[in-house]
Amino acid sequence: MKNPSLQVRYNRRAFKDRLARYFVASGGISVIIAILLIFFYLLYVVIPMFEPAEIRESASYRAPGDGKTLQLGLEEQGTVGVRFTSEGHVIFFKTDSGKIIRDENLHLPASITSVAANLNLVALALENGSVLAIRYKFDLSYPGDVRTLTPVLDYPLGKDPLVLDESGAALSHIDIQLSDDVVGVAATTNDNRLVFARYQREESFISGDISIELESRSEQPFQGEIYAVALTPGLDHFYASAENGRLFDYSLDEDGFDGKKRTYNLEHKITRLKLLLGGSSLLAGMENGEVQQWMSVRKDGGRELVYIRNFVKNRQAVSYIATEQQRKGFAVADNRGNITINYSTSQRTLASINTANTLVDQMAWSPRAQNLIVSDSNNLVHFYKVDNEYPEVSWDVLWEKVWYEGYDEADYIWQSSASTNEFEAKFSLMPLSFGTIKAAFYAMIFAVPIAIFGAMFTAQFMAPRMRQTVKPAIEIMEALPTVILGFLAGLWLAPYVETHLAGIFTLLIILPVGFLLCAWLWGFVPNKSAFEGWEAALLVPVVLLLIWISTALSSPVETLFFNGSLRNYMSNVWGLDYDQRNALVVGLIMGFAVIPTIFSIAEDALFGVPQHLVRGSLALGATRWQTMTSVVLPAASPGIFSAVMMGFGRAVGETMIVLMATGNTPVMDMSIFQGMRTLAANLAVEVPEAEVFSTHYRVLFLAALILFLFTFVFNTLAELIRHRLRQRYSEL
Amino acid sequence: MINPRLNQWFKTGTPWIWLNAGAIAIALVAVFGLLMLILMRGMSHFWPADVQAFYYKNNENALTVIGEIVESETIPIDTLPDFKKIRNTQAGDKTVTRYLVKTGNRDILGSDFRWLYDINLVKTEQPKNLMVLERVEWGNFYGFLNTVYENDQMVAEGETAWPEFIKRLHRVIDIRKQILQLERVKIGAVNYQLERIRLKERRLQLNNDLSDAAKKEIETQRSELKQQYSDLLKQTKELYQQINRDSIRATVMDGSEVTVPLKKVVKAWQPNKMTLWNKLGFYMHSLWDFITEDPREANTEGGIFPAIFGTVMMVMLMAVLVTPFGVIAAVYLREYAKQGVLTRIIRIAVNNLAGVPSIVYGVFGLGFFVYFLGGNIDALFFPEALPSPTFGTPGLLWSSLTLALLTLPVVIVATEEGLSRIPKSLREGSLGLGATKAETLWRVVLPMASPAIMTGLILAIARAAGEVAPLMLVGVVKLAPSLPLDGNFPYLHLDRKFMHLGFHIYDVGFQSPNVEAARPLVYATSFLLVVVIVTLNITAINLRNRLREKYRALDG
Repeated sequence: MKNPSLQVRYNRRAFKDRLARYFVASGGISVIIAILLIFFYLLYVVIPMFEPAEIRESASYRAPGDGKTLQLGLEEQGTVGVRFTSEGHVIFFKTDSGKIIRDENLHLPASITSVAANLNLVALALENGSVLAIRYKFDLSYPGDVRTLTPVLDYPLGKDPLVLDESGAALSHIDIQLSDDVVGVAATTNDNRLVFARYQREESFISGDISIELESRSEQPFQGEIYAVALTPGLDHFYASAENGRLFDYSLDEDGFDGKKRTYNLEHKITRLKLLLGGSSLLAGMENGEVQQWMSVRKDGGRELVYIRNFVKNRQAVSYIATEQQRKGFAVADNRGNITINYSTSQRTLASINTANTLVDQMAWSPRAQNLIVSDSNNLVHFYKVDNEYPEVSWDVLWEKVWYEGYDEADYIWQSSASTNEFEAKFSLMPLSFGTIKAAFYAMIFAVPIAIFGAMFTAQFMAPRMRQTVKPAIEIMEALPTVILGFLAGLWLAPYVETHLAGIFTLLIILPVGFLLCAWLWGFVPNKSAFEGWEAALLVPVVLLLIWISTALSSPVETLFFNGSLRNYMSNVWGLDYDQRNALVVGLIMGFAVIPTIFSIAEDALFGVPQHLVRGSLALGATRWQTMTSVVLPAASPGIFSAVMMGFGRAVGETMIVLMATGNTPVMDMSIFQGMRTLAANLAVEVPEAEVFSTHYRVLFLAALILFLFTFVFNTLAELIRHRLRQRYSEL
Repeated sequence: MINPRLNQWFKTGTPWIWLNAGAIAIALVAVFGLLMLILMRGMSHFWPADVQAFYYKNNENALTVIGEIVESETIPIDTLPDFKKIRNTQAGDKTVTRYLVKTGNRDILGSDFRWLYDINLVKTEQPKNLMVLERVEWGNFYGFLNTVYENDQMVAEGETAWPEFIKRLHRVIDIRKQILQLERVKIGAVNYQLERIRLKERRLQLNNDLSDAAKKEIETQRSELKQQYSDLLKQTKELYQQINRDSIRATVMDGSEVTVPLKKVVKAWQPNKMTLWNKLGFYMHSLWDFITEDPREANTEGGIFPAIFGTVMMVMLMAVLVTPFGVIAAVYLREYAKQGVLTRIIRIAVNNLAGVPSIVYGVFGLGFFVYFLGGNIDALFFPEALPSPTFGTPGLLWSSLTLALLTLPVVIVATEEGLSRIPKSLREGSLGLGATKAETLWRVVLPMASPAIMTGLILAIARAAGEVAPLMLVGVVKLAPSLPLDGNFPYLHLDRKFMHLGFHIYDVGFQSPNVEAARPLVYATSFLLVVVIVTLNITAINLRNRLREKYRALDG
């Protein structure tokens, strides 16, 4: 290296070499990271669902205004709160400071004896047996681009208190339900009567005047003491908690109490009753801190309350239950100031906090459940911020039977959307996983024998020249777009199978019989050695013939044995339901799609068995078949096993075929004549419609993650087995 | 075992071997049967089949039905809900043969198809002057041409009507092309520029740069464009008036005479008069139209050009993305990384990603590319278009990226295999002659591995072209208003949604209102897709085999 220009050139080359090294290394590593990213991003979307909720106190102050707090409320964003006081005032205040915005005196004729609230409707029961209903609202305006809220009070039952009890007894407990035209008010009086009144309400569009007309009023006497009452939105049940942990369930109709009454024993004193959103679940808060959820369930023609689940994170007597306004969640407070945030269907207690350290007597959620406002017995108001976006999901919701409202028993249900507000999404992954396994199972039943037997023949018995064309042909089969297979399955095979059901089953029987018959007849053919290894080619016309025969036989067989249609016969005589797009169709076509996967790998394994083993066996006098079963198969069995696993992995993840060849109903039924909904098809259907970062979206990502992990683990196992096998062959 | 000879026979194993052979025979029949099925159904769609006139009589009435037989089947009578209506059934008859006849004239008859029962047919004939019209809407028209009108003036009837009609039809087709050109290309361009000006203005506004001068400039540009727009609109209006000029009157199967404006007619032919050569010519012509034209009638008629174009664009973009990354990753794994446990694990992991369901990639693509990357890109670079998203919505770029990720393992595995097959002696020879590692790689190894890389790429393209599930989440739509590549700057619109052959099959076959009528079209589309993919795969397989031979020779 004396020549300096050579030296320079050498240096430049060495530099380039280093550069290339770094470039390739960084490129290669970043590609690998990108691949890992799939896993981590899916995980990143899924994890927030399983994290607990957060609650923190953002302000605490003396209750604004005078008197005791009877009821609290919040506006949409939680910036303004409202407080109904024992003095008959409605006070609007800033939630961050407690500063009063507006103080409205209701000028009540008598003192307030009890209060009920339903969303933004508050009913005040008075000592003289009358009721005043008030709705608080917030008018939103933007004067000078500043968001300004103007509190408004509105009286849906008129400005004057409505006389509920004509004898004028004080109302000790009250509940109210208001719909567009019907109002129901239920109360207990301090002279031991239950009173229920039902009103027709009409609001004039022009003047806004409200006319209230009494439809019915009825009452029932009771013994002892009542601690809490609740009235269902349908005005058909009136629940009351009484002494010794008893819960009374009075049935109502349009004329009031219809005389039916059921009693349930909850063993502990029920301190609070509250209906969850939608009104079909009753929450009973008890003296020992437990909250039980009871649900109205159809039973023997009537409806009955059934114990569903409980929440036990509060240890002291429950002092208040506040239900969320848009979901089936609720907050529970007890007389030591512990507040827990719970969700009914997932049976989760998501967060708890205690900043009051004394009895909490009132709580209210903001409509979107992002804020909670609380007042305690020291007349302090606490304002909490709550971050609780995904309470609906838990392990049990995803994988166990859950008893949902409106159902007669606990079940696995996937139902992600519906039209009504009170609907709650049902996220059981069981029906989907079941459907996935079912589809894969039927595909495997069809594919495994054909692929493995075919691989056995191709690897060991087939003439090399034929093998050269057969292998690529079957590999091309793997490349066929599944959307085409799915389309054929749904629009060609499904109707065909439906009308030729008998033919399909005939084919299952006559195919092997036909092959055996051919083999037997072939024994009589002279000079057949030239055809050795070409048996498969000889059988192709046989297969075609048999298919033709079974098609031709289909109609006569159905006419002869099954009154013309096997499909109708099955449903009428055997009670088997038949979906046109069912597991049989999926099994056939998806089986077709996985055959090449299994075939290709199994054939490689069988073909790779060292030839000296085969020749040795044959030389020792074993027949070709004996060599196959006792030498080749055992040697290649791990490879075949891994082929089957790979095939299963592919069947599990297949989307388009299942999407197009089944009805996509998430049922759990193993019947071959029923459809299913698989995880993959479900993703294809629902992901584009899921709201970004909603619980539904995250559950779908969880489904994707499950598919990812399942196939990845399955394939890795198969790959490891194959690797082992390859090593063993090379040792032999 | 009843028969000792049979027992003996089973012991030799011959029947088992035959059963194995049977399995492979079934697989072969399935593959080729399926291909044949698609071929037959897909290709017969464009054939101008003879049209029959059926004279038909059932219990209720007698009528004439004009149409093509699409399908025939023999079924048991019991399964028919309305078998009492069938006239001539004998007491002993258990089955009945029926034909599905495509009668067209959906606007008059309510549906395209009708079942005819063999036993009720009185007479069938093929009238020579029967005419079939392919229309812009309502599907095909079948009938007898009577007269040709210009405005309200009759210009031809009888023998002269047909040539006159064809002459005038050519004129209409010409005008239609002009209208299309004006509406799609010219007016589309003006609209596009107007939108760009709006965005520019909004951007300046957001940056507080909207000076009076800029405002004025924008205003002049805008008024100029608006002027162009109204000019173009005037031209189209004129053309529309011209296209409305001619019409024909024709008799349909129930004997009534209807007027068909020529502007509704796409194509006209008299199949019963055509010779075989005529038909062949017509067939090729139809096939060409199918490949080059836009779809009509909710994709159930017309061509599939946008779908072909979208598929090709997406696949090309994907190939551009996947090749460098795949090759670099493979080179790294094989040539640079230390061969140890970690590399082995990575290799297995990459290999197995090929087995991860494609829909999972779709979900990832939607979450990460579209919402995360796309959302951030929008916030940074396209704030003027918000709240309507530019890249924060499924589109071409994200589809290509998702599929690139999906096919990455294919390219990596194929390239690695190619690299591993290059004999060590060649590398050592190069290094021994003083080349650096990079030079060896660039000059010796990669050129030799290039066929393997090509194989990988072809397999990747074949897989990507047939993949639908992930695309449903990250970019395809049933009907894209404009192609992702056009004459408007920046010419290639990566943010646009596009149409795709595979999705077209799914959409038309399962989501369209008139599945029955659209089915032949779906078969034809399937056939096209199968041809493309099978060709690609055969090329890849041949390349791979040739490659193996070559290296075997080098080794020896």
